[in-house]
Amino acid sequence: MTGRPLLSVRELTKRFGNRVACCDVGFDLWPGEVLGIVGESGSGKTTLLNCLAGRMTPDAGSVIYDSNASGLVDVHRLSEARRRLLTRTEWGFVNQDAREGLRMGVSAGANIGERLMAIGERHYGEIRQTATDWLGRVEIELDRLDDRPTDFSGGMRQRLQIARNLVSNPWLVFMDEPTGGLDVSVQARILDLLRGLVENLHLSAVLVTHDLGVARLLTHRLMVMQGGRVVEDGLTDQVLDDPQHAYTQMLVASILPA
Amino acid sequence: MPDTAIQDGAYNYAYLDEQTKRMIRRAILKAVAVPGYQVPFGGREMPLPYGWGTGGIQVTAAIIGRDDTLKVIDQGADDTTNAVSIRRFFARVADVATTTRTGDATVIQTRHRVPETPLKEGQILVFQVPIPEPLRMLEPRETETRTLHALSEYGVMQVSLYESIARHGRIAKTYNYPVLVNGRYIMSPSPIPKFDNPKLDRSPALQLYGAGREKRIYAVPPYTPVKSLDFDDHPFEIETWSESCALCGSKESFLDEMIVDDTGKRLFLCSDTDWCQERQGEREGAPPEVPAK
Amino acid sequence: MYVAVKGGETAIAHSLDLLADKRRGDRGVAEVSLDQIDQQLGLAVDRVMTEGSCYDRALAALAIKQARGDLVEAIFLLRAYRTTLPRFGDTEPLDTSRMVAERRISSTFKDVPGGQVLGPTYDYTHRLLDFSLAAAAERPEAQTAPADTATSLPRVGDILEREGMLESAPAATADEAQDLTRQPLVFPAARPVRLQNLARGDEGFLLALGYSTQRGYGNNHPFVGEIRFGSVPVSFVPEELGFAIEIAEIDLTECDMVNQFAGSHDVPPQFTRGYGLAFGHAERKAMAMALVDRALRAEELSEAATSPAQDEEFVLAHSDNVEASGFVQHLKLPHYVDFQSELVVVRALRAEVEARNQEAALSRAAE
Repeated sequence: MTGRPLLSVRELTKRFGNRVACCDVGFDLWPGEVLGIVGESGSGKTTLLNCLAGRMTPDAGSVIYDSNASGLVDVHRLSEARRRLLTRTEWGFVNQDAREGLRMGVSAGANIGERLMAIGERHYGEIRQTATDWLGRVEIELDRLDDRPTDFSGGMRQRLQIARNLVSNPWLVFMDEPTGGLDVSVQARILDLLRGLVENLHLSAVLVTHDLGVARLLTHRLMVMQGGRVVEDGLTDQVLDDPQHAYTQMLVASILPA
Repeated sequence: MPDTAIQDGAYNYAYLDEQTKRMIRRAILKAVAVPGYQVPFGGREMPLPYGWGTGGIQVTAAIIGRDDTLKVIDQGADDTTNAVSIRRFFARVADVATTTRTGDATVIQTRHRVPETPLKEGQILVFQVPIPEPLRMLEPRETETRTLHALSEYGVMQVSLYESIARHGRIAKTYNYPVLVNGRYIMSPSPIPKFDNPKLDRSPALQLYGAGREKRIYAVPPYTPVKSLDFDDHPFEIETWSESCALCGSKESFLDEMIVDDTGKRLFLCSDTDWCQERQGEREGAPPEVPAK
Repeated sequence: MYVAVKGGETAIAHSLDLLADKRRGDRGVAEVSLDQIDQQLGLAVDRVMTEGSCYDRALAALAIKQARGDLVEAIFLLRAYRTTLPRFGDTEPLDTSRMVAERRISSTFKDVPGGQVLGPTYDYTHRLLDFSLAAAAERPEAQTAPADTATSLPRVGDILEREGMLESAPAATADEAQDLTRQPLVFPAARPVRLQNLARGDEGFLLALGYSTQRGYGNNHPFVGEIRFGSVPVSFVPEELGFAIEIAEIDLTECDMVNQFAGSHDVPPQFTRGYGLAFGHAERKAMAMALVDRALRAEELSEAATSPAQDEEFVLAHSDNVEASGFVQHLKLPHYVDFQSELVVVRALRAEVEARNQEAALSRAAE
C-alpha cells in the first residue's frame, strides 16, 4: 500500500454516563481497504462506527480523514455544514434498517437522485438516467424506478439504500450490519453485490457485523471488540483461522461449521 | 369593539403599543438584511383569528403612518369580505386613507395575489402567510428545518419537484411555489399562484411577509433576485388561459373562473379587480382595440 | 353583463347586526347578567380565564356572554383584550402550600396530614338530570366547616420528597420567566415554557393526549399525588416599595402527579412528577396537563419517546385552541385563486391522459 491512510483514528473514547462504550480505539484505514469490526451486541462496535462517521461526538480522540476535496480534516472539528457536506458527497452510510436510510414516501428514482440534486444537479432527464443506471447496478428491475420503497421487499430496499449512497461516488462507506434482519438467501445476494461494488469502485469501507461469515466474505482486515476495547486485530483470514485472544477464539468456536 | 373605544384612546395608534411596534420593526429590519430568512418575532394575539392575516396586520400596523395610503386585497379583489374587514380595521385604528387603486397605495396588504399593475419604488407589499416554512410539508420538525436552512441543505425540496415530474410528467405545484431568494434561502412566497412568482423577481417594491400564528417575519428587499425552483429540462412555467376576461378582455392577467348557471356555463374575469376596472375605463375612453398597458 | 360579487362592506355590517340579534335571542326572555354568568356558570368562567391567560372573572363573563357561550371564542376575545394590556411586572412565585383549600385529595395515601377534603365535586354525583333545577327556587345554603386559614397545608409531594422517594421539585431560578405571549416559542423548549404552553393549552386536546398515555401511547404509570383547589395569595414587589405586598387572592387548581421511574445510571429508582395548574376549579385540565407534562419529560429522563404525547414539537405546536381554531376556520376564507391554479393544472393533466388514451386506441385500431 502506498500514499497515506484514508482514515486515521487515534485514541477514540466514548462514554455513556459511567459506562464506557468504546475505549482508546486507534487504527488506519487505507484506500481500497475494507475493515470489519466484529463483536457481540454491546461490545461498542456500533458506537464506534457512529463516532467514525461523525454521527456521534467522542469524548476523546481524533478521526482524521483524507478528503478528496479539502485534504486532511479532523472529522469532529469540522463545522456542521462541512461535515454534513462530506457525509453526503465523499461518504456513504448504509443502515441496518433500510427505512432509516431511505425516504419511504418518494420514488426509488428520487431516493437515488437526492444526493445529485443536493449537490446542484438540475437536469431531470440526467438525474433520471443516472438513477436508472444505478437501479441496474443494484439489480432492481428498471420499471420500478417510479415505485416507492414501501412497495419493495426488504432485500430490494437494502439494495436501493446502497444505490442511494453510492450514486455520489463516495470514497468511504460505513455499513452497520447491512445484511442483518434479512433472509439467508437474500443476504447472500446482497453480500455478492457489495463485494462486486467494493471491488469495481475501489471503495474503502468500515463494516460492523456480528456475523463472522459476512466478515470473512467482505473484509480484508478485522478488529475484534469486547467491552468497548479492541482485543485483537489483523488480516481477516489470519484472525479467523488462527485467533489469538481468548474472546476471539470463543467467537470463532461458536460458529457452526458450514 | 365599538368605534368609541378607539376614539377615546383605549387603543394605541394602529392598535399595537409602541414597544410592540418597535419589536416588530426590529424583526423587519433583520428580515430585510437577510433576504428570505425567517425571523422569529414575538407575535401578538390580534383581534383577528389566526390564519386570517394576523401576521400581515401586525406588519402593516408596525409600518403604517398617517401619511400612508392603504390598499387591502384578498384573492386580488378589494371587495372580498376579509379584505374589507382588514381595511376597515386600519381605517378605524390607524386613521389612514384607503384606496383600491394599486398605483395610489403606499402600503398594500395582500392575501394570495400580487397586483397585476407593476409596483413602484417606495411601495410596500405586505403578504399574509399561513405557513412560512417552505420545507414544512417535507420535514415537520422546526429544529430540523432550521438546520437545513442554516446549511443550505435543499436537496429535499428538489426531491419533491422531481417526484412531481415523475408522477405527473410536469411540476404540478400551482401555488405557494417555492423560490430561492438572492441565491441563498428557499422561501415560501405565501399561497400566491405561481403565475405571480415572476413579479417577485427584482421588484422595485419592498416585500414583507408576516406569519402571525407561526410568529415569523421575512422579507425580499427591492431589486432582489427571486428564482422559482425548477429543472433545466423542466423550466418554471406560469398558467395560461385560452379565454380572456369577460369584462376588460385581458388575456395576460390571472383569470378567475365563475360558474354562472346550473348547466355549468363559465365566465372568466380578472382576479385583480382594480386592474380590470382601470382597463375597462381605458377601453371606454380609448379606441377599443388598443391594449390597456 | 355579469357583475362580480360586490358589497363585502354592507354584507359584513348586516352580519354583525344579525349576530347581535341572535346573541340577545327572544326578547321575552330576561337578558343574562355578567354576575349570573360568574356565579352560576363559574366553571365556564374558570376555563376561559385559564386558557385566556387572564385572571379576571368579570372580563371572562363578558367574553362568554359576547361569545354566546362558545368558550373557545370567549377565550379568543379575552386573549385579544389581554394582549393590549400594559405589563407592570411579574408577581412573586405563588406558594400553593399557603392555599386555603376547599378541596384536597390524594390517591397515593389513605390519609395525609391535613386530611382528605372532598369539597364540592361532581365525582360522586349520580349523573341523573336534576329536574328540580328546571324551575327557579330557593336553594338552601350548604353547611361548611370554617376554613382554617392560619395553618399551611403541606403538599403530599413534599412529604415523599423528604424521604428521597420523589424527585425534588425543580429549584426556582432567578431568571425572568419567559412570556410566551411576548416571545415566540422556540424548540427545544425548557420545562417552564412547556408548562406555560400547557396551561394555556386547550383542555380537550390535553385531555385526549393525557388519556392516550394511559392507553399505552407513552405510559408513565401515574398516581394522583395530590389535587387541591382553593385560594392562594398573590404577592408583588412594586419598584417604589422594594418589598412584597399581597395584591390579591386567586382561586387555583393544582395537580401533582406521581409517576414511576426506573432510574438511570446516575439516579436510583424513584418517583417523578408531572405538574398541572389552572385558574379556578378545573381538575380535568390540571390532571391532563400533569400527565402531558410528565410525558414530555421522556427525553430528560432517558425514556424512549415514541408516542404523540411525548413529542414536544407536536404537543406544544398544536395545543393552542385560538391558533388551531383560527387556522382550521380560515379555510372558510376565499381560496379561489389557488383553486383556479389547481383547476388549470388538473385540466391539463387530464387532457394529456385523454390524448394518450386516444393515441393508444388509434394505434390499436391501426394494428
